[in-house]
Amino acid sequence: MTDSVLWYAARGAGAVSLLLLTGVVALGVLAALRWRTSAWPRFLTVAFHRNLALLSITFLSLHIVTAVVDPYTSLGWSAALIPFSSSYRTFWLGLGVIAVDLLLAALLTSLVRGVIGHRTWRLIHWLAYACWPLALAHGLGTGSDSFSPWLFTIELACLGTVLLAVALRLLLQPAPLKPAAADVSIPDWADLGDVSAAATRQRR
Amino acid sequence: MSEVISVDRIRCDGHGLCAELLPELIDLDDWGYPLLRSGQVPHHLRDHAKRAVAACPVQALRLQTGVQAAGPSRRA
Repeated sequence: MTDSVLWYAARGAGAVSLLLLTGVVALGVLAALRWRTSAWPRFLTVAFHRNLALLSITFLSLHIVTAVVDPYTSLGWSAALIPFSSSYRTFWLGLGVIAVDLLLAALLTSLVRGVIGHRTWRLIHWLAYACWPLALAHGLGTGSDSFSPWLFTIELACLGTVLLAVALRLLLQPAPLKPAAADVSIPDWADLGDVSAAATRQRR
Repeated sequence: MSEVISVDRIRCDGHGLCAELLPELIDLDDWGYPLLRSGQVPHHLRDHAKRAVAACPVQALRLQTGVQAAGPSRRA
């Protein structure tokens, strides 16, 4: 009985972690578009990204703890942090462990961002892009019933969400920093009789 | 001790989060870059200023204690 409770908890927390992480990645990918409305300021995108990440780490902890203490898998704590060190489903579990390590790197460097500087922080934060696909693959490969209809639907929805976010990021331009051309006043000493001639002059 | 907020103009990318979080002290110019109304941070805005500094995606804002404000910022 206890075993199956732990299994359900580990599975459920894993699925929720994936859903939350998907939101985190999508928001992170979309943040660069600098999109905003009067009801959704830019700081909301960034704060939502951060808070969702912290929440996903909570569920991920639950996922890891319940999986480790489950006597059926007999993982042990080192298997939760060292990739490919578990005897149970070594490869697919290892992918999840790498994802956790990358997420921990992103978390810890974000907590001390002021100390390590922007460049280092950004470099390590890029690793988060590797974290999410590994987590998705881990879910598909390790899960005992990953291909049950509802769980597979969740995996597909997560994949679709991130692909959509990436597509939007690639297709849409960031909101313009400069005001529209009409707002820029042209000094009256500028001779714009012929635009191409002006362009030629500028190039000289 | 009075606190002073300042912008590193080289680092700033004009994300504009600071002006959303600290509109009392920060405006944006037409290009979306911050203009400080006053570098001096009144005591009641201290927490908001800290939040704005923490929210800057490129860490271009600084909050310093016991420094004189450089005066109102000008357009470059």
